Amino acid sequence: MKHRLNRRDFGLGAAAAGAAIVSAAGFGRARAAMPPVKLGILLPRSGFLALIGQQCQRGCDLALAMLRDSGYALELMNGDTESKPDVARTQAEKLIRDGAHILIGAFESGATAAVAQVAEQNGIPFVINIGSDPAITEQGYKFTFRNFPTSVMIGRNGLARYEDIFKATGTTPKTAVIMHVNDTFGQSMMRGINALAPKMNLPFKIVDTIAYDPQARDLSVEVAKAKAAGADLHMPITRLNDAILMIREMVKQRYEPMGIISPGSPGMYERQFLKVLGKYAEYCTANVPWLDPKQELTKELEKAFYKAYPEESFDLNIGYSFEGVLIAADAYKRAGSTKPQALVEALKATNITKRVMIGGAIRFDEKGQNPNQYSAVVQNRNGKPTVVLPKENAELAPVFPMPGWGHRA
Amino acid sequence: MLYLNIMIAGLLTGAVYGLMALGLSVIFGVTRIVNFAHGEMMVLAMYAAYVINQQLGIDPLLALPLITAALFCLGYGLQRGLINRYIARPDHEQFLLLLAIAILITASLLMGFGPDARNVQLDYAYDSYQLGALLFDKVRVFAALGAIAGAAALWGFFRFTRLGKAIRACADNHIGAQVVGLDVKRLYAITFGLGAACVGAAGCLLLLLVDVQPYIASDYTLLAFIIVILGGLGSMPGALLGGLLVGVSEALSGFIIVPSFKSAFSYALLILVLLVRPQGLLGRRA
Amino acid sequence: MSGRARDSAGLGVTPRAAVALAIFVLLMAVAPFFVSNYVLSVLVVVLFAAYFGQAWNLLMGIAGQLSLGHALYVGLGAYASAVLFVRFDLPPWLGMLVGMALAALVGSLIAALSFRFSVTGVYFALLTIAFAEFTRVLFDHFGWVGATSGLFLPVANLAHDDLLFLRGSTAMFYYCLLVLTLGALALSRYLLHRRIGYYWQAIREDQDAAQALGIDVFRYKVAAMALSAAMTALGGAFVAFYNNNLYPDTVFAVGQSIEIITAPIIGGLGTLFGPILGAFVLTTLGEAMTSLSGIFGIDGLKQWFYGAVLLAIVALQPAGLWPWLRARLGLDETRR
Repeated sequence: MKHRLNRRDFGLGAAAAGAAIVSAAGFGRARAAMPPVKLGILLPRSGFLALIGQQCQRGCDLALAMLRDSGYALELMNGDTESKPDVARTQAEKLIRDGAHILIGAFESGATAAVAQVAEQNGIPFVINIGSDPAITEQGYKFTFRNFPTSVMIGRNGLARYEDIFKATGTTPKTAVIMHVNDTFGQSMMRGINALAPKMNLPFKIVDTIAYDPQARDLSVEVAKAKAAGADLHMPITRLNDAILMIREMVKQRYEPMGIISPGSPGMYERQFLKVLGKYAEYCTANVPWLDPKQELTKELEKAFYKAYPEESFDLNIGYSFEGVLIAADAYKRAGSTKPQALVEALKATNITKRVMIGGAIRFDEKGQNPNQYSAVVQNRNGKPTVVLPKENAELAPVFPMPGWGHRA
Repeated sequence: MLYLNIMIAGLLTGAVYGLMALGLSVIFGVTRIVNFAHGEMMVLAMYAAYVINQQLGIDPLLALPLITAALFCLGYGLQRGLINRYIARPDHEQFLLLLAIAILITASLLMGFGPDARNVQLDYAYDSYQLGALLFDKVRVFAALGAIAGAAALWGFFRFTRLGKAIRACADNHIGAQVVGLDVKRLYAITFGLGAACVGAAGCLLLLLVDVQPYIASDYTLLAFIIVILGGLGSMPGALLGGLLVGVSEALSGFIIVPSFKSAFSYALLILVLLVRPQGLLGRRA
Repeated sequence: MSGRARDSAGLGVTPRAAVALAIFVLLMAVAPFFVSNYVLSVLVVVLFAAYFGQAWNLLMGIAGQLSLGHALYVGLGAYASAVLFVRFDLPPWLGMLVGMALAALVGSLIAALSFRFSVTGVYFALLTIAFAEFTRVLFDHFGWVGATSGLFLPVANLAHDDLLFLRGSTAMFYYCLLVLTLGALALSRYLLHRRIGYYWQAIREDQDAAQALGIDVFRYKVAAMALSAAMTALGGAFVAFYNNNLYPDTVFAVGQSIEIITAPIIGGLGTLFGPILGAFVLTTLGEAMTSLSGIFGIDGLKQWFYGAVLLAIVALQPAGLWPWLRARLGLDETRR
């Protein structure tokens, strides 16, 4: 298509060329004879989700290095969604224009939805590394493939783990209170839980549900309400900052439930949480999809991760981003061509057993969703999020009830 | 009992809000400038306190005098150097100027510190005083005491010092002040500096209570406006009272109705006040 | 020779200006055939900014009312048309009308209340922010429209553009928005030279004097707000159908309100072409900044330049870029 050049385009073109040269140079290792597939990575690199975006980027960068060493031919092109859907859209268009063969992203549901649309309109395959809104795979898109569980799946799998914890530790709480952040993710999880809880025969009764503003500056009122409910079990659905606020308030208000176990939300396993709360972060538990400590690939990835980023936390954002790139590179290898239709066919036929997350093989159903999702029980132990259930993947045994705030070492 | 605990927490936090709003009230009351960069200046102070805490291990309460002084100079310089030219200009130009300053401050902090939340680790962060069944969060108590001290100091300044009286004269009668020979420009700059100093102190105190990140600034600017309008623009006790009221109402409304609706309640209050009693509870009719 | 073109047609537009406008319209009309999808999607962003800017400019630039909560009307228009489409299969062209009516109603209410209680200037601005924010939190809890999880419009993968239901390619939206923008331009021009326009300007300059002269200030203030709100809501409907997802925290946000006002202010408040110029300048600058931040990996660079540009305009050229550019290009209205 004829393109009206202007100075801005020159600048951008030079930038793209520069980036391509930089990424291609210095990697003179063994490579497949095929030309590298261009993967457009769309993540929130700026804006309030930037921290997570950077985590995901680390996963992608490590995938690049490790997969190249294993003989895959790939190249990364980075786009910033600025944590905004309309920017995600233009940046996705930009990456496609600059030659991306497969798009990967985008963490935040609004941005992911926008990119999925662009992918569909342009006929370019899109692999979702992280993005839990169920609606995205219900649109009938043919070019979108999601490896991550939907919020409904997270909720269901998360709820299922409670019984396992209580069986393993021999203690069962009678009542529970849910405290959830009132944003897209939190509301989505709550809807799932409200629908599933009555069917799942949970051993405890949910006595109160407290919603709070994602921008809340302090959670003293909400925690006071939770404490007043007098429940045995505290079930938080949070993001990172509010998780920190919540636990701090719980300590200040001397609210000591038997345990703090999330049905499947981020926050409590993140490095910042562990760093800030120190001993009070111990025993906080989340039922989330997690890295499989028993898989070879995971061990390799963990080693490479801590070598490159000794101060960061090795969590599911790394794992799923790694898998996103793996899926794309694997599909290209089998397709043998960068033609969109060939890539889509290859993606549909994906069946990867050597992966890094806990769960069955990576494959996609007719909606483009990976149905093999599993949540593990991840408990903070010794300053590190540790898999305690299921037993086959566990590194330590679960602890429940948790020691009181005053009894922390 | 639970209600009482919540109200107390709300009051304590409200005191800090009050100090922050005080700065805004002072600036508007005297210079008629609407400081849309108010929250941003406070966040700047919060980061300064954070850095001092990180590098030198000094508690924000101890760093407070230094930061207050620094913010005063910043405010003075800003007013004298830039904002002063816009006093007589139309509302929207003033607004845009301060908006630009606000954006620059937030962006600079973003570039310097990144978007992640920072906080200070205090040894006494998890302590609380217990009085029967009442629980007083130690940190909140300190912050509230600091805020009240700051407000009292400011009040004393305006009441008892010559400079303070001169500024009040300026506010009451702009032309008359010039007629009697007061250097209005300088007084305006000092006032802006004082407002900035207030917000600097409030920032140090607030850092004890919440985490700081560049994006919280606009929420606080808005909150400051709500408080000031509630209490009455230009009224110092009004700002403090407004702060306490907002602190308590946020706490109670969060408790009685859905907590996530807290901020809507504050906005509804603002709308009500603007329509029914725009001079606020303690303000004078303009 | 006077050195200035004459306004022989009596339209208040010099021949030179008319030609310039014609060239602009022509270029915009044929652009989709020559530019990539990416540039087209950027142009759509420009047109959204230009259109919203013009709607706001009517209220602020011409009638002098500073509204800082215009995102409220974007949101109302977006949600009204989207919900009616999702729940009742109503074509957006009808849903739009509902959105416009709703926005006009709300806007009129705000304007009427403000007038009744003498809320002006910065207090009025704060009132508009409060209404927008209150509505945002309200919609955050409004389950029927999806609350914070947002409202998703089902996307149909058609080979052709469906204009009736606004399902289609970027080019389709581009043309719709181009028509809207030019329409807003024409409407502003038309009103400016009618009695209502003169009354608005009188109110802007000195409300009390206008009242003393017998102008029904109440009526015209409410009219300005209602019109501006309705126009904004119309654009809001397109926002919903273009993005296919709506979240209260994005569409009602204070940030959105601020974005709406920066283009017209940078371009030139009160001028006709100012909002359009401002939209072009800001969006291209934004894109350039995004690329730069991408290369340097610095978070916040884009905002920093944004703030710097705003500051520069306020300090150096407060009337905006268009008056300056207009003079340079010699497109000024007649001078003898």
